[in-house]
Amino acid sequence: MSFYEVLTIIIPSTLLTAAPLIFTSLGGVFSERSGVVNIGLEGLMWVGAFTGAIATLFLQQAGLGQASPWIAILIAAIAGGLFSLIHAVVSISFHADQTVSGVALNFLAQGLTIYLVKMIYNGQGQTPYIANNIDKISIPVLHNIPIIGPIFFQQVTYTSYLAILASFVVWYVLFKTPFGLRLRSVGEHPEAADTLGISVTKMRYIGVMLSGVMGGIGGAVYLVTITSNFNISTIAGQGFLALAAMIFGKWHPIGAMLGSLFFGFAQSLSITSQQIPYLDRLPSVILLIAPYVLTLIVLTGFVGRAEAPKADGIPYFKGQR
Amino acid sequence: MTLLIPLVSVLLGLLCGAVIMIAGGYNPLLAYGSIIQSIFLQPYYAGETIRAMIPLVLSGLAVAFAFRTGLFNIGVEGQLMVGWLASVACAIELDGPPKFILLPLSIIAGGVAGGLWGYLPGLLKAKFKVHEVISTIMMNYIALYLTASLIRNFLYTQGERTPTIPSSASLASNFLANLTQGSRLHWGFIVAIIAVVVMWFILWRTTLGFELRSVGFSPDASRYAGMNVGRNIVLSMVISGIFAGLAGAMEGLGTYQYMMINSSFTGIGFNGIAVALLGMNTPIGVVLAGALFAGLQTGGLTMQAVAGVPTDLIQVVIALIIFFVGSSYVIKWAWLRLSRRGHQS
Repeated sequence: MSFYEVLTIIIPSTLLTAAPLIFTSLGGVFSERSGVVNIGLEGLMWVGAFTGAIATLFLQQAGLGQASPWIAILIAAIAGGLFSLIHAVVSISFHADQTVSGVALNFLAQGLTIYLVKMIYNGQGQTPYIANNIDKISIPVLHNIPIIGPIFFQQVTYTSYLAILASFVVWYVLFKTPFGLRLRSVGEHPEAADTLGISVTKMRYIGVMLSGVMGGIGGAVYLVTITSNFNISTIAGQGFLALAAMIFGKWHPIGAMLGSLFFGFAQSLSITSQQIPYLDRLPSVILLIAPYVLTLIVLTGFVGRAEAPKADGIPYFKGQR
Repeated sequence: MTLLIPLVSVLLGLLCGAVIMIAGGYNPLLAYGSIIQSIFLQPYYAGETIRAMIPLVLSGLAVAFAFRTGLFNIGVEGQLMVGWLASVACAIELDGPPKFILLPLSIIAGGVAGGLWGYLPGLLKAKFKVHEVISTIMMNYIALYLTASLIRNFLYTQGERTPTIPSSASLASNFLANLTQGSRLHWGFIVAIIAVVVMWFILWRTTLGFELRSVGFSPDASRYAGMNVGRNIVLSMVISGIFAGLAGAMEGLGTYQYMMINSSFTGIGFNGIAVALLGMNTPIGVVLAGALFAGLQTGGLTMQAVAGVPTDLIQVVIALIIFFVGSSYVIKWAWLRLSRRGHQS
């Protein structure tokens, strides 16, 4: 098998597995840039995947056909946004420890979604498979481009390109708009922002809720492009990978996207390695744990220091100087 | 005040659970009633509750110990898994010596493995300022995949699990089982009791414990007072990891007598976070909170059978309780408002 053929297997697979991570890690960037640690990304993805499954099943029954998964992603975005409100209220207004609140959010999401699935489907722990998922396709025209066509535009989903596009949009919003400046200011120096008349509470609520929206989209995309049904093991650690990708990318949208692509690559290797010469001899466990080991190595600073926003994780009490 | 927050949190959590049940068309009185009835009137469920308490209390102690020293150990789940595998592997590989040697050895193997799994995040925090929350999450996943792979390659038997451990390393007891009408209650509760006492002793009766708590309270002041903050961080994570590893050993040597290949986390380590928070990070509090959560989980099975409520609701209730404990600031504030109004009228 030639190197070129290997690329035509790995890169489309990487793009596919990275898309949910990109959306979710961008959500993490919003939340943490506003100064709220969000360990709850995993839970938000559970909610997104659950909503994505239920909504798609409902919409396709209502006769919307191929449009169902796309509308379901939008519904999941709203559901994620609403669910993240719990984290916002508890950690911003009630000054709870943000890590504790995030851990509880994961707990709640897992319990609640499985509880609801069992309630809706008479005690069964999983939803039926959706009929209208977002398929891997060859992008018209572009896939005919020699060499790069088959690598980047064959057997891919539109969601992957949307995810990459989203990371540039988030970068623009965060670094080129007044809103982005305000959001970042409450994450770096909330006292100063407060003095300038920026509402720390409001900006942080927006940051957390945007993370909910993006996490919801990430979970739904994972469901409609990869798993197609929702059960207890659907989102096994994807949210934590997204969190790691965000740290990998140093709390920067483009960095988070690149980190997600890297983890998507690592994940797709563990799936596709059987088809690839040399890699098929490697024990699969090495590929499975690689993303986590690499995150630890990055965190130790060998690949450059990763600095979190200064006020990340610190509850803000008005009037405190 | 210290008792008020956990009590109010539990009540609010149960209340919210009841609301969710009503919304789902279930009868909360029947559901909660069946939990209480099964645990207090049926020896089997009482035994199973104590059995479920054993790893829950140990993992709660692990989280609480780290908390006391200013660290948030989310890695209990991973430390528990490596402890579980190490204890089972030790029992199977070293089979031969009599019980009074093999059993303690296997328990120690579990503790050591858990301690090592806590050592790395501790070291990374002390040397490279890597936040322990992130590093322990990563260590959890490494443990999950590594233990599965080690079982598959070295200790595999039919049914996605390791062979059963020899009886000379087992904590199981026919006496305890008969006493509780066939529950899986085992001698591990003695280990849990010892661990509770040890945690109390280390933290409140030794210089080391004083230093650990002092570092947790204020690292800067402790450094100024001449304490080696980095060493204390590593030590705290190791001790925390030992408790977690023992929790795993109790599952391996007591409840199951083997280790299965886990495709996802056991949840005991994460529940340990809830236990520690609700128990206000005190040894006695951890025991009480562990009893509550173990009871809810065991009783949850009867709740499903009697009232039809899916057991997953218990996890929802536990999550809500953590939210309320976390929001203690608001509970305190509301309490002060209410009591002040009481004084005025």
